[in-house]
Amino acid sequence: MNDKIYKILLFTAALIMPIVCGGVVYALVTDAYEAFEHFGFFKFLTSSEWSYTDGAEQYGALPFITGTLMTTLLALVFCIPFSLPVALFVGEYFKGTRIAAILSTVTDLLAGIPSIIYGLWGFYTLRPLIMALNISPQGSGILTASLVLAIMIVPYAASLSAEFIKMVPNDLKEGAYSLGATRAEVIRKVVFPVAGSGVFSSYVLAIGRALGETMTVTMLIGNTNNIPDSITSTGNSMASIIANQFGEASDLRFSSLIAIGLVLFFITAFINMIGKMMIKRARIS
Amino acid sequence: MAKDKAMLWMVCLFAALTAVPLFAILGEVLLRGYDQLTWSFFTEPTPTAFKAMKAIEAGEPIPGGIANGIIGTMIMLGMAAVFAVPTGIMCGAFLAENPKSRFAQVVSYLTDLLQGTPSVIIGIVTYIWIVVPMKGYSAIAGSVALFVMMLPLIIRSTEETLKILPASLKEAGLALGGNRARVMLKVQLPAAFGGIFTGVLLAISRVIGETAPLMFTALGCSFIRFAIDKPISAVPLLIWEFFNDPNLQELIWGASLFLLLFVLTLNLTAKYLAKKWNQ
Repeated sequence: MNDKIYKILLFTAALIMPIVCGGVVYALVTDAYEAFEHFGFFKFLTSSEWSYTDGAEQYGALPFITGTLMTTLLALVFCIPFSLPVALFVGEYFKGTRIAAILSTVTDLLAGIPSIIYGLWGFYTLRPLIMALNISPQGSGILTASLVLAIMIVPYAASLSAEFIKMVPNDLKEGAYSLGATRAEVIRKVVFPVAGSGVFSSYVLAIGRALGETMTVTMLIGNTNNIPDSITSTGNSMASIIANQFGEASDLRFSSLIAIGLVLFFITAFINMIGKMMIKRARIS
Repeated sequence: MAKDKAMLWMVCLFAALTAVPLFAILGEVLLRGYDQLTWSFFTEPTPTAFKAMKAIEAGEPIPGGIANGIIGTMIMLGMAAVFAVPTGIMCGAFLAENPKSRFAQVVSYLTDLLQGTPSVIIGIVTYIWIVVPMKGYSAIAGSVALFVMMLPLIIRSTEETLKILPASLKEAGLALGGNRARVMLKVQLPAAFGGIFTGVLLAISRVIGETAPLMFTALGCSFIRFAIDKPISAVPLLIWEFFNDPNLQELIWGASLFLLLFVLTLNLTAKYLAKKWNQ
């Protein structure tokens, strides 16, 4: 095989990416068009009606956008107190030791558990617990979904943060130690300022993960089509409304679900792009 | 100093707490599922809800198993891998060979984009691409969804492995008179085999538990089937069915245990191989 054919072959293979991604956007846009045209783009995004009675169909994405934002942000809040210690454990306190390797294996395995099994665990273990603690009567809801979602994104945030914490140059830390700083002070005054942007970007990417998580949320969020009024109430996320209703939807409802998919696609793409850009910048500096 | 100690203990405590869910999930699925993993569980298809109800009324264990799901998963995963592995490796090689080209940067960006796309969206898009024109759910549609999900993972692992190979390796090959294709095939790819293989294993373990993209493409099927143009089942789809059908709920745990053990073993194997080949 000569160089020319080889180059053409690789180029052709690489063409698959623009084709697939273009195909994704094209399919979403053409099928979402009907809903946007019928309701108006902004009206669709800001309407909180979701009813499919014949003749009076009304579809709006606001309850699901709210549900997605609430579960994601709450998951992030629950995730930080665990992922940050893991990152410090692996990247600073026990850097390079066997116990750190074991902890990273554990978090890697957590990342590997399929989301449907997280959903089962949340449903059969966490939900009864939430009911027993009288936090919410039905057990499922935004809070339950966010708790499990948090466990699911800890591995992503932790492993990436640890990578940046590991990269903090030793001479900086040694300089601080020689000035009499304690370890806690070194972490606060040297490690966090240096690794901070990298750690922050790992949380942005963790958000990107949580936004589109489907099965866990579908099994735990309670599946009601209203705007959740508190963190213990039930709701639906953008991903879970699609998972719940796509199979039975047709015409305008089908198009509305695709439109929600399109919005979700752009939100995750945007968040991931920001995260990746920040990581690139953090790696260079 | 006291503050220092306190911080260390807090870090250790919360890091240890993070490990709890893994063991809690593993423990629960093991305890509730281990007695279902009999021979017939792997050789028989799912019972109908009626049969299961009869068995429950008679106080007997639910007959049948998840053979239809295992076979469906294998068929779809196999078809997806057959296309995704070579395409992904070639695409990854393209990225590693042309790091500076504009087009490669676009492809690299799109790979990130696709990797970050929620799986449920891959599901609805595949529905529009395949299920609508074929006028029905099929194993083909399911494998297309899995293919799209595997592709970016394989591209990335191939690209990264090829990039960390010492440049001298490629240069030596070229100096000996090999053309670029030969050097890639006979020198670079064999040297990168470990990393690429690990990447493929991880890609498989990532998509094997995917439920959402299969719900709208493969749909599910209650008997063992080998036809690729008809609806077909998969292990995660069965778990979802069992979850929603009160009569079949007993079967959830066996199926979950099987899936969980499979995924975790794949993960550990990949990690072990990566470590071994890196030395």
